[in-house]
Amino acid sequence: MSMLHLHYVVPGDDFTRAGEASGDVKHKLKRLGYEPDAIRRVAIAMYEGEINMVIHAGGGEATVDIDPDKVDILLQDHGPGIADVSKAMQAGWSTAPDNVRSLGFGAGMGLPNMKKYTDVMEIESEVGVGTTVHMVVNPGQK
Amino acid sequence: MTIKEMADACGWKLLAGEEGTDAKVDGCYIGDLLSWVMARALSGNVWLTVMGNINAVAVAALTDVAGVVLAEDAALDEAAKTRAEMQGMPIYSCPENLYETALKVAEQLGQGHG
Repeated sequence: MSMLHLHYVVPGDDFTRAGEASGDVKHKLKRLGYEPDAIRRVAIAMYEGEINMVIHAGGGEATVDIDPDKVDILLQDHGPGIADVSKAMQAGWSTAPDNVRSLGFGAGMGLPNMKKYTDVMEIESEVGVGTTVHMVVNPGQK
Repeated sequence: MTIKEMADACGWKLLAGEEGTDAKVDGCYIGDLLSWVMARALSGNVWLTVMGNINAVAVAALTDVAGVVLAEDAALDEAAKTRAEMQGMPIYSCPENLYETALKVAEQLGQGHG
């Protein structure tokens, strides 16, 4: 059992609510006294994940387990899946529609940012089934 | 200096988030691409942008910037305003463009050439 287990539903197609889950996790980590750099890394990685689920997957779920030595984040959706994960991991590669670009996203930086700011990042995706992203941030690393 | 002191000196108009106006400013970041800004803006920066939507407010809060300045009177939409009030994230606007605004910030931070 982790010290703190959190679960969030990320609503689809609702940009006004993206960021609620990552914002809440950020506040909790702050209250628990995590170092600012680790909090920042968790918040960025998780917000990018939330935005991805809103843009591409019609929403999803986020599960976060907080322990003193690690924050474990699991993002799961039942969206269209990613046909070519290695391509999606390339900075600048994006399938986001124009309306998303006009909001300031869709530059192909989401997954690369998530990888950059976490100590572990694994993607499992199946076309037509969905995508699962597992990330771990260890305070004091990176 | 606080974001309020800087705003007064630069003539920025407060649109939302008065609660957070005593935040200290020690630097500046400029950009509109949210993923880019999120990865690079630092806590204590004043963020200059033209993105006045709710996602920009979320990015501002996640990065702990001192406040946001919407250059060229770029609009802050209602949802963004509500979120900024809720989070106490100061959002200002000014008529100058990003470059002119940055010059003013540099002057206030003592980082300009003059």
